[in-house]
Amino acid sequence: MRLDILNRGYSPATRLLFALIRLFSGHPVPDAAKLVFYRPDFYGARAKEFTHEAMRGPSAWSVGDRELMAAYVSKVNESAFCIAAHTATARRAYQDGPMVAAVLADLESAPVQEPLRATLRMLGKLTAEGKLSAEDMREVLSAGVSRQQVKDALAVCVAFNTTDRLSDAFGFEVLSLEGFEAGAKYLLKRGYR
Amino acid sequence: MPDEDKKRAAHRALVDRILNGEGRASAEQRARAFGNEGLSPPLDTLMGKVVTTPAQVTEADFAAAKASGFSEDQLFELVICAAVGQSARLYEAGLAALAEATVTGEAG
Repeated sequence: MRLDILNRGYSPATRLLFALIRLFSGHPVPDAAKLVFYRPDFYGARAKEFTHEAMRGPSAWSVGDRELMAAYVSKVNESAFCIAAHTATARRAYQDGPMVAAVLADLESAPVQEPLRATLRMLGKLTAEGKLSAEDMREVLSAGVSRQQVKDALAVCVAFNTTDRLSDAFGFEVLSLEGFEAGAKYLLKRGYR
Repeated sequence: MPDEDKKRAAHRALVDRILNGEGRASAEQRARAFGNEGLSPPLDTLMGKVVTTPAQVTEADFAAAKASGFSEDQLFELVICAAVGQSARLYEAGLAALAEATVTGEAG
């Protein structure tokens, strides 16, 4: 990562934990995980809490839907690490790689339900343009998305607009395909806490 | 709805911590990074990229900020403030559009 403190600034206990993770998983600790261990009282502790709530807390959206939203928002932000990580997680959650690939290639022709398509379109516009009109939101609601689902989707969008920026600014190392698969497995089993 | 409150509350706790809690960068610097305004060169370049084109941040942007006197811990905090700040504005914009859509449309 671009700051030495994020590569080497960890306590001995944290370094031991990283070594154990590497030993048992067979993969180095991803930079996304390392970041939240650096001075966790400043960012990591509360960021994990918020992200976990958005991605795994109660919602009418499935875990797969929310992982797909994370991948889609990351695609709009061109965030290489997060696109790969959440594409792998969405694929695994849905057990449907072709559908996930289709959404990321062309949302409008992808085989997804209209409520999800309208929501992804709205999140993409908000991410790219920084604003939305009431009309944009009415289109989502008239596609059959509840107000609560809109709020839940916005929380996912906010969590990943933060993570995408940190990933690219700090320069998270892009993992091997196996590394991303291992990460996806972990995120589905344990979440973000 | 209790679940929604939990998501918003968790986000507020993060924002409150990075802006108002203890830090190596001053609270004033953190607030400026969060708002992406009032920053001096060369820090304004790095923070502007974090907000608008994060994929274009380079080693040189960090090197310039460090050369102007910022420590790595200060830059760690300020980059986080800039990223969380932009995301917080998106949250506000999305929720405001939703509120507007449901005031003039049907409540649901």
